[in-house]
Amino acid sequence: MDRGEGTILVTGACGRLGKHLVRTLHRRRRVIAVDRRPFPDKPKDVVHECVDIRRKKLKDVFRAEPIEAVMHLGVMHDPRASQDEHHAWNVAGFQKLFDYVEQFRVPKLVVLSSANVYGPQPHNAQFLDESAPLLASARFSEIRDLIEVDMLTQGFFWKHPQTETVILRPVHILGTVHNAASNFLRLPTIPTLMGFDPMVQVVHESDVVRALEQTLTPGKRGIYNLAGPEPLPLSHIVKLLGRPNIAVPYMLSKAVLKRLWNLRLTTFPAPELDHIRFVCMVDDKRARDELGYMPAMSIEETVRSVDFGRW
Amino acid sequence: MTAKLGEEFNDRLSRVPLNLTSTGVDPFGLDPQWTKYALASVAFLHRHYFRSEVFGAENLPTGRVLVVANHSGQLPFDATLIGAALFMDVEPPRFMRAMVEKWTQTLPFVSLLFSRIGQVVGVPENARMLLENDEALLVFPEGARGISKTFDKRYQLVDFGLGFMRLALETNTPIVPVAVIGGEEQYVSVGNFEALAKFLRMPFLPILPQLALPFGALPLPTRYRIYFGEPMRFSGDPDDDDAIIEEKVFVVRAAIQAMVHRGLNARKSIFF
Repeated sequence: MDRGEGTILVTGACGRLGKHLVRTLHRRRRVIAVDRRPFPDKPKDVVHECVDIRRKKLKDVFRAEPIEAVMHLGVMHDPRASQDEHHAWNVAGFQKLFDYVEQFRVPKLVVLSSANVYGPQPHNAQFLDESAPLLASARFSEIRDLIEVDMLTQGFFWKHPQTETVILRPVHILGTVHNAASNFLRLPTIPTLMGFDPMVQVVHESDVVRALEQTLTPGKRGIYNLAGPEPLPLSHIVKLLGRPNIAVPYMLSKAVLKRLWNLRLTTFPAPELDHIRFVCMVDDKRARDELGYMPAMSIEETVRSVDFGRW
Repeated sequence: MTAKLGEEFNDRLSRVPLNLTSTGVDPFGLDPQWTKYALASVAFLHRHYFRSEVFGAENLPTGRVLVVANHSGQLPFDATLIGAALFMDVEPPRFMRAMVEKWTQTLPFVSLLFSRIGQVVGVPENARMLLENDEALLVFPEGARGISKTFDKRYQLVDFGLGFMRLALETNTPIVPVAVIGGEEQYVSVGNFEALAKFLRMPFLPILPQLALPFGALPLPTRYRIYFGEPMRFSGDPDDDDAIIEEKVFVVRAAIQAMVHRGLNARKSIFF
């Protein structure tokens, strides 16, 4: 079989973004969906391997047939899960995946990282390019395993140059996905920080899926930032949603959020407040020039997509 | 609000080039509504409070330009007045972009205001992007040390940083030297409250006796005189040794210091 037509293995396939990707890919390619969660409404021609990526059984999947590309979406970021759990899953599990990619000479590895690895900082340049340092854990240490995944993948570039490795770092993904950004914008009253209104970039999940598809083109390798439509102030996003908004002073919201977090009444850890306080935006010129990526969704469609439930 | 500034203000506002995107703001967060009010306020300060005189406005080239000025006066009124001059006195009107201290981003309202009126965080990447968009960028190479000068050191330029020269060489940008006269007398600083400044994480905290007077928080209504020099062009490797860059920076610094001296000699009164 020629390059560009072989089987694709997608990890984290039963997340909302994973499902979206699988549904897009299976029309043209054979897709193996790897996820320990159930996939009740999966397309018939998709093979669902219900395995934990840390288990040996994953190796059998690689052994059974040649895989052309591994797309790793299965990064866990559950603020409630312990650091041990995060590390075991994100780092140890990921290293297993690396071993198989190397051992079975998979020609392509795509890792979905995030622009959050740069971290919101007061001294950030307005648009960070791919060479900017990954400083997110300086102010929010719980995110360090996500940075480690990104760094491990960067190490893979030179250790295994025969594998075309791609890291995608999208900005806040909006849509039916359940991530912090979408959940935040789904709140009935959206809290903001008094006196802060940073510029933000958001991207629609379907644009991310399209970019993921574009990374499969043979020959593409490297790190790509991914931004959506033009950036805008957070307050404009709130206005687009037409939801009430309450501005809370930073010190107060930090104290309250910490308390709520300890009482398990919120899913937002207090350091995430930095995302609505400082700028963390990326320059995605490389993705536009080299991958031919172009967001298709307008800013209005992207923002309003958080209101749609399931498919 | 804009009526007092005359028809000219609205005419200029319609001609000033802004780089807006489809979301109604520019990539740095500049909002035309906020900008209008900001420009009106600085134009008011410029025309009615400080009654600035502008010399050499015709020296400003169109297209990308680095405006390099002496820094003074504890609060950056010099920046606002240069901005006002670029808008009110230069033909065609320009909207000035300045680089602000990083710590201002941690201040509520201040960070918001700066972002909406197009003032960006002082990192080289931002400066490069603005110049590549052919904007007029204001730089104070003296930085915080310049603005926090005590009264006995007035109009003596402190050491210049080298970053602006590397930037100019890299982006092939002309440098317009600017001398601002009048800023040093608006707040008379007798010292720096270092311990408290450190505690409040501020770069400096001047001791200002005039704060004891009624309305003492307002700057004294000195008359500003702003001199724009002729554009200077430099060529060379932006990554050269400090020593080589320093020579070029020295040329700019000497030009500004000379303009400051000439301006001080020509000045008859601080307030009129």
